[in-house]
Amino acid sequence: MSDSPSLLEVRELRVRYRGGRTAAAAAADAVRGVSFDIAAGESVGLVGESGSGKSSIARALLRLVPATGSVQFEQRELLSLRGAALRGVRERMQVVFQDPLGALDPRMTVLELIAEPLLEYRRAARAQHEQQVLAMLARVGLGPELLARFPHQLSGGQTQRVGLARALMLGPRLLICDEPVAALDVSIRSQIANLLHDMRAELGLALLFIAHDLPTVRFLCDRVMVLFRGRIVEQAPRERLFGAPQHPYTRALLAANPVPDPAQRPVAPAPAADHAATAPAEAGGGCAYRHRCPMAVARCAAEAPAIRPLGASLVSCHRAGE
Amino acid sequence: MAEPRETLLRLHALGVAYRRDGRELHAVDGVDLELRERECLGVVGESGSGKSQLLLALLGLSAPGARLSGSIRYRGEELVGAPAARLEAIRGRRIAIVFQDPLSALNPYLTIGTQLTEGARRQLRLGRRAAASRAAELLATVQIDAPTERLRCHPHELSGGMRQRVLIAMALMCEPEILLLDEPTTALDVTVQAQVLQLLRDLRERSGVASLFVTHDLGALASMADRVAVMYGGRLVELASAAALYAAPLHPYTAGLLRSLPRLDLPLPARLPSIPGQPPDLAELPAGCAFAPRCPLVHERCTRQPDLRVLPDGRANACHFTGSATQVDAAWIRA
Repeated sequence: MSDSPSLLEVRELRVRYRGGRTAAAAAADAVRGVSFDIAAGESVGLVGESGSGKSSIARALLRLVPATGSVQFEQRELLSLRGAALRGVRERMQVVFQDPLGALDPRMTVLELIAEPLLEYRRAARAQHEQQVLAMLARVGLGPELLARFPHQLSGGQTQRVGLARALMLGPRLLICDEPVAALDVSIRSQIANLLHDMRAELGLALLFIAHDLPTVRFLCDRVMVLFRGRIVEQAPRERLFGAPQHPYTRALLAANPVPDPAQRPVAPAPAADHAATAPAEAGGGCAYRHRCPMAVARCAAEAPAIRPLGASLVSCHRAGE
Repeated sequence: MAEPRETLLRLHALGVAYRRDGRELHAVDGVDLELRERECLGVVGESGSGKSQLLLALLGLSAPGARLSGSIRYRGEELVGAPAARLEAIRGRRIAIVFQDPLSALNPYLTIGTQLTEGARRQLRLGRRAAASRAAELLATVQIDAPTERLRCHPHELSGGMRQRVLIAMALMCEPEILLLDEPTTALDVTVQAQVLQLLRDLRERSGVASLFVTHDLGALASMADRVAVMYGGRLVELASAAALYAAPLHPYTAGLLRSLPRLDLPLPARLPSIPGQPPDLAELPAGCAFAPRCPLVHERCTRQPDLRVLPDGRANACHFTGSATQVDAAWIRA
């Protein structure tokens, strides 16, 4: 998608969870053949509803769940790495989770939490830790008075800043953010979005920003991928995706987004949609979105659409561009 | 000719206090509010604003140890201090609640049918079959297909959006006059959220049920509320018609909150507007206005608690600054 060499190249990524309650659920892949690139310094958004596979992609990249396909990070295949080599990659690829409190050890102080990555990777003598931690705290907008506090003594916004400080401590090239603002108060969300924006510019970080909050994705991301039932149905540069969405699902997402203006109403897709949401994903052909799609025709049931270029977008829909 | 609407609920000087670490905290502090027939009143706030405590107090469901003061009148009848049996009779029957998280509000071991009919059988003394047929009818009303079969499902067999609709149907079983909506769309995906909002609007049009919609999301509320009450640090800081509040917020907090909502319908800003600092800790509320530490218009006078003043146009605002919405907005832009 970009001329600069890829930092991350994902090809035909699949994630399958075992032990579903029903045969259909056990056979359904959470991620069903996803391919994308992220260039150095690029910010890419990944949006989709719950169950679309967004978080499974993040976990697969972090090697937290078994996956097949190929993930090249800085020209090294991640999916076959083990032990020390995997640890080496983890320094360069870090993560910020949605629930900042759940992601932090409650028995450690802010100082210990932020210094931990340094200790783990033996980067610095203990004496230097505090100085580095203080510098990082200031960078994420926190004061030194927080150093001795425990996670439960912090506000939601402060906790997420500590999570970000930890993730940035080793100087990663790629930061994976899994719904990092969803659990925060509205007045704090934009603070954290601005901070991510600044950190990215300052450190030349690449971001994989996973969210269902479209306005924040629009603010932070150069390019956006839309996921539906484990497949990318559309990806496009920001202006194109928000200005001229091609896939009917992308259009439904944009239309449903509420606007703080009583004169405007979010557009609700037909409620029959919900029934299909609970139906097991079919193993056979056909477009997974067709049950909800206002444009579906016979071909959509017979044949799964391949992803294809359409202007500046990549879209997987038989009817897009008609 | 519009008939004057009767007041269903009247809150006067409502307070909810509890003790933590030996200190008295005021989760809700001196709130005056009315809910009228057929209206949807939005209550907006962030963590620590007191909006959820207010909602629980209305149902007599405050946590043990909470101390209620002031008055909650339902059609003139005082609910603060009312006997438990009386509250029980009103809960579900006259005033019903829809909780945020449908998975934890539903019992995983019981079928949807059992859970839907339980309250109605007790409150309305309906027989098993009558209750089941009413439940199926309501599932159809909330647009769940094959309602009779769904009655035999357990909660995990339904999607999140369906479970939320089941909770709405459950709240409607006894034909309440008032629906209390506790962040009913927060846990939902954006397309499902739009569907649930649409459903709530339809219900209101059809049955005229009044609702109190408690949320942190000014975006989701915009298409629902007739009037909006904004809470901060346990107090009511602004009250206005939705049209007036969204177009020209007067309280600096309301204005800041509206500005902080990232939007798809406006040009992309270089930075997202935000409110500095963090929502207040009830244990460390400043003397005077709780919003003062984050306010761009803060002034010496703000160490005194501002009263909620009712303005000539019927709006109410609790701020010492008496300038226009344009001036408040300008202060945020300068900040």
